[in-house]
Amino acid sequence: MTEAMNTSAAPASAADTLLEGSGLHTYYGVSHILHGVDFSVRRGETIGLMGRNGMGKTTLIKTLLGLVRPREGQVRVRGEDMTQAATHAIARRGIAYVPEGRGIFPNLSVRENLVMAARAGVDGRREWDFDRVIHTFPRLGERLTNGGAQLSGGEQQMLTIGRALMTNPDLLILDEATEGLAPLIAREIWNIIKTIRASGIATIIVDKNYAAVMALANRSVVLVKGRVVFSGESRELGDNEELMHRFLGV
Amino acid sequence: MDFAFFLIQLLNGLQYGLLLFLVASGLTLVFGIMGIINLAHGSFYMVGAYLAWSLSSMTGSLTAAILLAIPLTVILGMALERLLFRHLYQRDHLYQVLLTYGLILVFEELRSLIWGDDVHGVAVPALLNASIPLTDNLSYPVYRLAISGVCLLLAAALYFLIQKTRLGMMIRAGASNRDMVQSLGIDIKLIYTLVFAMGIALAAFAGMINAPLSSVFPNMGSQVLIICFVVVVIGGIGSVKGAMAASLMIGLAETFGQVLVPEVAGMIVYVLMAVVLVWRPQGLFGKA
Repeated sequence: MTEAMNTSAAPASAADTLLEGSGLHTYYGVSHILHGVDFSVRRGETIGLMGRNGMGKTTLIKTLLGLVRPREGQVRVRGEDMTQAATHAIARRGIAYVPEGRGIFPNLSVRENLVMAARAGVDGRREWDFDRVIHTFPRLGERLTNGGAQLSGGEQQMLTIGRALMTNPDLLILDEATEGLAPLIAREIWNIIKTIRASGIATIIVDKNYAAVMALANRSVVLVKGRVVFSGESRELGDNEELMHRFLGV
Repeated sequence: MDFAFFLIQLLNGLQYGLLLFLVASGLTLVFGIMGIINLAHGSFYMVGAYLAWSLSSMTGSLTAAILLAIPLTVILGMALERLLFRHLYQRDHLYQVLLTYGLILVFEELRSLIWGDDVHGVAVPALLNASIPLTDNLSYPVYRLAISGVCLLLAAALYFLIQKTRLGMMIRAGASNRDMVQSLGIDIKLIYTLVFAMGIALAAFAGMINAPLSSVFPNMGSQVLIICFVVVVIGGIGSVKGAMAASLMIGLAETFGQVLVPEVAGMIVYVLMAVVLVWRPQGLFGKA
């Protein structure tokens, strides 16, 4: 944090903070990936998590989800310390994950991919169910009996997002959701992300299309070599060509 | 070979195949979903048979013995998964083979200490102790038909559980991406425990219902284990459908082999395995 250029976001009250990591140090074997990262998401907020390849974005997400354990630091979900909690327990507190490379279950049909994930939200909400997901992604509706592996890249991405929504999350983490997709399909995914955001679900967006991320995100966080070098309003980052060039190579 | 004789062999082959399926389905599920090679799987078949014998001599009823033994084997399966197998998921197959081979020896020793080394017979339940006459001097035992019926019911239930229920979807999803299943808020460890206990209970149950036909004897698990690995390999690792097809193939091949070509009957199933593997190295229903 010493290098952070900006911490203009007002401190959130504990009740409003959905997910928070503080002082996170994560290693893969002997490689020290995260160097004391502080990161938090409040209810309804959209955060752009940026940085070039290999800067620790995915590792940060995996650490927050309990898929990788930090050696130091703390992960809190809704104010509760869950640094050592199982991933499924963290997810059950309203956090859904769309991983890089999609992570659909290729041996399950489209319908099964969705149905297996269905769950009420933390407050018992069931706004998102099978019908609503199919309504949002009509292309999936045409492929219900197809195996997950038979879908195109864009359809797989829609399935992964739809599956995440089936858990009625308060926070959706999208890691490279448009990677490798044709521009037209990518645009469709961005529109869906906008709809999700408008419905009040908080989102963390990791994407190479920085302009699109910053247009959506209230706040942007930039990682360089496992350290937060910028955390503040997206507008501020976008307006600062020097920062954009130095940290993101734009 | 006249028709009645053929029919008897056919029914025997099917019954043997269906029984193999009960044991092999657990082996292939645990292998396919958790990636565990469980050499001790046959020991649970033996434990089931010995429980059936000892509990039926205590209670006087095989049915009562089976009803008592099923929960015992489920508990045994869950306990072993929590204490031992859980630590093997991320490990190399070599560790799994070492531990589970060790377990075979432990189970044999325990069996010797608790139940002794004698061969025991188990009585067929009175209700099913009858034969259906086919010709003047050929008849077919009702108990074997009952075993086939029970096995078919269990196979159908297993198919329904895995293909049609949400739990089944989670089990299959866990086979392809464990982290993703957890990220959806599903407790994969609990699912693994359940699958493992189910596999153990199926093997033990097979040992229980087959005890009156096979009798109960030391090392009875290893014979079954080897054949079940053949089933898993022919059917395709992890495929329950494949286990069913392969079990029936082997059941029929071995039964008819013993009648038609008794000199080479012992090698028929292995020849069958070799042929299938040359033709489809991933097994009948396995993924390439």
